[in-house]
Amino acid sequence: MTAVLDSEVMTPATKRRSWRKNPWRKPVVLEAFTWAYLVWSIVPIVIAVIFSFNNGKSDSSWEGFSTRWYWGSTTNSVFENPVFRSAIEQTLRLAIISTILTMILGVAFGIGIHRWRSKTSVTFNFVMVFSYVIPELIFGIAFFFVFTQLFTFVDLGTSAQILGLVTWNISWPAIIIFARLSSIGPAYEEAAADLGCSRLQSLRRVLLPMLMPAIFASTVLVFATCVDDFVICNLLSSSANTEPMSVFIYSSTHGGQSGPQLNALATLMLLFSLVAAAVGFLGYRWITRGERGAGRSQALESITGL
Amino acid sequence: MTMTPEKPKVITASPPGKTARQRRISMGWAAFAVPGILWLVFLFIVPMYTIFAVAGGHLNPIFNSPVPVWNPFAWSGANYVAVYHDFVGPTSFIGPILGRTVVYVVIASILSLLIAYPAAYFVARFAGKRKGLFLALMIAPFWISYMMRMLAWIDLLQTNGYINKALVNLHVISAPVNWLGGKSVTVVLGLVYGYIPYLILVLYAGLDRIDQRLIEAGRDLGLSRTQTFVTITLRLSRPAIITGMLITFLPMIGDYFTNQMLSGNVATSMIGNLIDAQLLTTSLQSEGAVLSLFLLVILLVPILYYVWQSRHSEDSVM
Repeated sequence: MTAVLDSEVMTPATKRRSWRKNPWRKPVVLEAFTWAYLVWSIVPIVIAVIFSFNNGKSDSSWEGFSTRWYWGSTTNSVFENPVFRSAIEQTLRLAIISTILTMILGVAFGIGIHRWRSKTSVTFNFVMVFSYVIPELIFGIAFFFVFTQLFTFVDLGTSAQILGLVTWNISWPAIIIFARLSSIGPAYEEAAADLGCSRLQSLRRVLLPMLMPAIFASTVLVFATCVDDFVICNLLSSSANTEPMSVFIYSSTHGGQSGPQLNALATLMLLFSLVAAAVGFLGYRWITRGERGAGRSQALESITGL
Repeated sequence: MTMTPEKPKVITASPPGKTARQRRISMGWAAFAVPGILWLVFLFIVPMYTIFAVAGGHLNPIFNSPVPVWNPFAWSGANYVAVYHDFVGPTSFIGPILGRTVVYVVIASILSLLIAYPAAYFVARFAGKRKGLFLALMIAPFWISYMMRMLAWIDLLQTNGYINKALVNLHVISAPVNWLGGKSVTVVLGLVYGYIPYLILVLYAGLDRIDQRLIEAGRDLGLSRTQTFVTITLRLSRPAIITGMLITFLPMIGDYFTNQMLSGNVATSMIGNLIDAQLLTTSLQSEGAVLSLFLLVILLVPILYYVWQSRHSEDSVM
């Protein structure tokens, strides 16, 4: 047996067995599986982006590089065809206005329910989480009915979509702020009060700066969620004019129809979200510079809401 | 993150009950919450109630449009009866749709878990110095629009798309398959592809939080790799598995766009497609309201479980 264990006389079979017995061996199979998963999840998207630069009309056979689906033709280019342009503008309009409103309401709500300890705050904390978990279809239907039957002064279209998006997203900042407040604890505010700060002063000069990373991370998240939102925008759109990019892509692909101009539109959506993510990542790292535990992975996790 | 506000444990000599100052401070904080509370009342609770009002209402005989009834004591059961007849009786048609929804969602959830768990486990435990890279690649799909991800598969699965070309060249199939013409396989693939990024992130967060020392202790005490995994890692990641499954299961049940984009065929339609279609026809809107309430009631247990969990556990990842 001792001879077998000697590495010089090892047969391939015993080598394999001893490799399997080694408790600290590298998890090769697991790593290969993970790579396979990553390739499967990312490569189709890369292919779709590449085809938005196809010179031909096909989105499945490559005919050379061109930017004709972005610029150059008033019928086929997404930046020049008025219908495509209107979808791009609608997406940005909805995302920007909804993000601003959501953040104002959500941050105040998060701080309020964390500090105001009462039955009402507990109840509405529950309502807020509930509104987040129900399927978006049911949520969208509730909004569709309320604007067509009760609040009929709000027309379906941009304003209805914004009200829907704000409600749907309010829980992002609220939950993230709530968590951050719980981890900060009362000590800093007490110190500020001991040093003579009033409540409002300590809120403005101590609490808000400490909440900045959380506020920033949730702004980025809410913006990206609004850009990508489909169900609410679809159920609450009134006509083709109020269809954002996501709804436009959906209604054009019914039954599997597509073309490079849709890929170009989707690539733009991807760009908006990825720019938001990049801004979020870099901004988050800048805000938290010098903080303990602030690393690249931590910044990535924060802007994703983990 | 604990969602239950705990009463501050302050030892004071003063008698129990809030002092005037405490009450004033509390009201100050309440002012922050009030706008959000009013918003949720008028733009969440009232809209949800409207579904009930439409479901319990009746049809305008001239315009054939739904007329909501706001007084709960005056609600009629007519729409509920109509939906009941869609379930049982000679004109019923919902049974197969509901069954299909459940089968698709269950298969897609199990597949997602089987794919997501090993990948999340690897990144959380073995990625080492390359963790940042793996994390970025794993998070990327989360940031990419759902529509873009579906469009990518529409490109690949077309009759003359790369999938068919590859399969024909490898002699797996003799002629191109019309994957987008109402195939259950395609719909399930779409659901898995669409929702797996959310699951994998929750699993990663749960697995990453497991104390490595517990695993080392398990090995030191003589457990094999498999035993350590089953008794320590798997057990400790159970809350993350449940949360992750819920967070993908709930939206999958109400999904109608994945199906519509990748199949668009009645042969694969799910409960979401039915509700969506009913909403487009005014005379069927009230039945759509009843069906969405039905869906809400079925999902109430998992929804409440999720809310309860997020209040009682540390990993209330969104």
